[in-house]
Amino acid sequence: MLSVENLVKTYRTGDKALNAVSFTAPKGQVVGLIGPSGAGKSTLIRCVNRLVEPTSGKVRLGDLDVTALPRGALRRARRRIGMIFQEYALIERLTVMENVLSGRLGYTSFWRSWLRRFPPADIENAFRLLDRVGLTEHADKRADALSGGQRQRVGIARALAQEPELLLVDEPTASLDPKTSRQIMRLIVEICDERGLPAIINIHDVALAQQFVARIIGLRAGAVVFDGPPDALDAAALTRIYGEEDWTAMRKAAEADREAERDEAERLAGLA
Amino acid sequence: MAVTRRADGGFDWRLRTPRQSLAQWALWLGLVALTVWCWEVMTETTIWAFVSDAPRQAADIAGRAFPPRWSYMERLWGPLWDTLNIATLGTLLGVAIALPVAFLAARNTTPSALILRPAALFVIVASRSINSLIWALLLVSILGPGLLAGVIAIALRSIGFIGKLLYEAIEEIDARQVEAVQATGASGPQVLTYAVWPQIAPAFWGVSVFRWDINIRESAVLGLVGAGGLGLQLSGSLNTLAWPQVTMIIIVILAAVVASEWVSAKVRHAII
Repeated sequence: MLSVENLVKTYRTGDKALNAVSFTAPKGQVVGLIGPSGAGKSTLIRCVNRLVEPTSGKVRLGDLDVTALPRGALRRARRRIGMIFQEYALIERLTVMENVLSGRLGYTSFWRSWLRRFPPADIENAFRLLDRVGLTEHADKRADALSGGQRQRVGIARALAQEPELLLVDEPTASLDPKTSRQIMRLIVEICDERGLPAIINIHDVALAQQFVARIIGLRAGAVVFDGPPDALDAAALTRIYGEEDWTAMRKAAEADREAERDEAERLAGLA
Repeated sequence: MAVTRRADGGFDWRLRTPRQSLAQWALWLGLVALTVWCWEVMTETTIWAFVSDAPRQAADIAGRAFPPRWSYMERLWGPLWDTLNIATLGTLLGVAIALPVAFLAARNTTPSALILRPAALFVIVASRSINSLIWALLLVSILGPGLLAGVIAIALRSIGFIGKLLYEAIEEIDARQVEAVQATGASGPQVLTYAVWPQIAPAFWGVSVFRWDINIRESAVLGLVGAGGLGLQLSGSLNTLAWPQVTMIIIVILAAVVASEWVSAKVRHAII
C-alpha cells in the first residue's frame, strides 16, 4: 500500500510543482493521474521513489517512510518500486535480456552485474517475464532493434523483474499509436490485477485512462482537484482539471474510437 | 530580426536591422583590410631571391633524394617497431588515465563539482596545451633519451585529447536511461556500467583508435628530440644529408600511417 501525505515540491527556480498532495493507493488499485502539462504529474511520481527530492511531506510504502531514508536504505526501497517510462528509457545498446536483468541490479553485487553473471533464478524469472509480455524470441536482440510497443514491453518486464510492491508508470503510451497504446495499457492493468500490484499511471489521454483504470486523480497546478472513479469524471470535473473546453466532443470521439476497436476485434474474430 | 510596419498597414521583414547589416559589412571590410596588411608585413621580410630560386632548389633536393635507398630498409625495421610500440603503449597509458579523468570532469558524473571537476578539467587543458614534441623534449632531459620518454610523452598528450572528447560524450548521454537504472535501486558503480558506459562505448573506442592513429604519426617524429623510433633515424639522415635515406624513411612513415588509418577505419566501422 502506498500513502502520500501533504507532499510539497518547490523547485529551486521557485516553481511550486506540488502543493500538499495527499492520497492512498491500496493493494491492487490502479490509479490514473491526469492533468494538463506542468500540473506536476511527473514530479509526483518521481517524488515517490525520490528521483526528485520532495521539499516536504511524507511518502509511505507499507510501513516504510521513504522520505526519511538515507542513501543506502533508499536504494533498497527503490528495489521495491518498479518504474515504467514515457520513452521506454531502455539501455538502447544493450540486449533485451540485459535490460530485463537490469531490474535485478539492486539485488546483485557490482562484480556479478558487471560480468553479467546473474543468479540462475533471476535469469529463469526474466525468461518467464519475457514470455508474459510476448518477447521470448527477442531476448538476444539489441533494444534499439525493437519497435515502440515492443520496447515498452521490455520496460514493463524490467520493472516486474524487481518483484515490486508498487508500479510507477510515467506516460506509458505517449509515443505509441492508439492501438499499441491500448495493448500496453491492457497489459499493465492485467499484470497489476494478477499480482495485486498498486500502480500510479501518469496519462494525458483522458479517454484511455477512463477505459482502463479503477480510479482517477486529477491534478491542476500541483493540487488534487479530482479524486474518484472514472465514471464520476464529468464535464464539470474535466473543466476543473483542464479549464474550459468542449468536453462532449472529446467524449464522442473516444466513443467512436472504442467502437472502431470493437469492430476491428469482431472482424479479426470473424477471420479466425 | 527586423519587422517594420509599412504606411499601408502591412508588415516588412528582413533578417537583419539596418544597423546589424552595417555592422556585418564593416566586419567583412575589416577582415579584408587585415588580410591586405598581413600580406604587406609578410612580403616585407621575404627575401625574394630565395623564393624565385625555390623551384630549382626543390628540384635539386628531389634529384638527390631519388631513387630512395631500398637497402636502408633493413636498418629501419627496428625503429619502425619502436615507433609502433611508442604509439600503442602511449595510447594505452593515455586511455587508462583519461577514462577516470573524463568521469571526474563530466558535469553529470563528477563526484565533486567544486574541487575534483576543476582539477580534472585542468589536467585535460594542461595536457592538451603542450605538444607531444615538447613533452618529449622535457622528458628526454628528465628520463634520458629512449623509448620510455616517447611512450610517456605520447600518453601525456593523449590524456587531454581523449579526456576532453570523452567527457563531452558523457555530458551528452540520455539522462532518462540513467534515471531508469537508478530507479531499479542500482548502486553508483552499477549506474555507471549499465546506464553511462553503454552510451559512451562507441565514442570511447572511436576516440581511442583515432588517437592511436594520430599517435603513430606523432611518434614518428618524436625521435627528432631523442625519444626513439623512426624520428631518430630521420634526424641522423637529415644531418648527414643522406637524402635517399630520408626518402626511404618518409615512405615507411607514409606506409605506417596509411596502415593505421585503415585499421582505425575498420575498428570504427565495427563498433558503430
